Amino acid sequence: MSYDVPRMAGDHEVDVAASTGAGHPLWEIFVRASRGLNHVHVGSLHAPDAETATQHARDVYTRRQEGVSIWVVKSTEIHASDPHDEDAWFDSEKPYRHPTFYEIPDEVGHM
Amino acid sequence: MSDPLLTYLLRLGDDSLILAQRLGELVSHQPDLEEDIAVANLALDLIGQARALYAYAGEVEGRGRTEDDLAFLRDEREFFNAVLCEQPNGDFGQTMARQLLFDAYRLPLMDALTASADETISGVAGKAVKECRYHLQHSITWVVRLGDGTEESHRRMQAGLDAMWRFTDELFTGDEVEATLAASGIAVDPSSLRDPWEATIKEVLARATLERPVDPRQRGGGRQGMHSEHLGHILPEMQFLQRAYPGQSW
Repeated sequence: MSYDVPRMAGDHEVDVAASTGAGHPLWEIFVRASRGLNHVHVGSLHAPDAETATQHARDVYTRRQEGVSIWVVKSTEIHASDPHDEDAWFDSEKPYRHPTFYEIPDEVGHM
Repeated sequence: MSDPLLTYLLRLGDDSLILAQRLGELVSHQPDLEEDIAVANLALDLIGQARALYAYAGEVEGRGRTEDDLAFLRDEREFFNAVLCEQPNGDFGQTMARQLLFDAYRLPLMDALTASADETISGVAGKAVKECRYHLQHSITWVVRLGDGTEESHRRMQAGLDAMWRFTDELFTGDEVEATLAASGIAVDPSSLRDPWEATIKEVLARATLERPVDPRQRGGGRQGMHSEHLGHILPEMQFLQRAYPGQSW
């Protein structure tokens, strides 16, 4: 079923790709919550350049004091492992590789 | 003019509130989600500054008016914002031109006010100066990107700058209010902000490949409550609830 949408003078076609920022490259955002911790991937956003991406990330992902540092990386620069390799890469059971037989002193903190 | 300190606080607060209202109009209308959140953040920072300034203004006035009373129960002639702040958003180029011209003025202003002899003002400025520093970075990034972008973005950025330029002299024009308060170290003489503003604008325009406009038709009056035609349209929307249902709250 389709409807005829009445056209008003001044109506114009909306370029959806342009209006959603899809014309801009995608950036992956990493935020460090506090000193001593690693930057952690928090999401992605569209931006025309690295500087704007960093500012957008500040506005989108750190509005509630989530972080003290931001990294942005072009999504196309991320190289990922192949999901098909999951068994071969990650499914080996080698419990002796876990240092579970040691007690970590409290003073060590994050490790 | 009544108490100079009251007038000064309203001038500072009204700049924040009226510009915030303008930026608020853009929420959900920006070209992308990211910029939508960015302008909302700018607006919220400015509203926060306005609230602190109005709360103090009410205290200084001593008639029991709250920050809400000052925001929602004053009419056009009782607002003392610079006319730049009430100018329409236009296209994104004009919005960013207005924002750059304002931010480049507001940052050195707040920076100087952190040393105000009035502890409340220096406290508000201490928080605001960090926000203003980010606001200026944000507008510089856009003005440079659009100015030094495509032919179309350059044309629009220049047009926005040209349209907003005639409202800039007012930012640096003080009267007896600032003069009185500056003498006792409370306020900043607006003319002293011209040099840092010019330096910022010069550098940004060079990077953005934009021409510095020349516009002898400078328009002020806002600081005395004499506004352009636009403020009269902003207030009914901003004050709708109190105008339609006086005393209503939720």
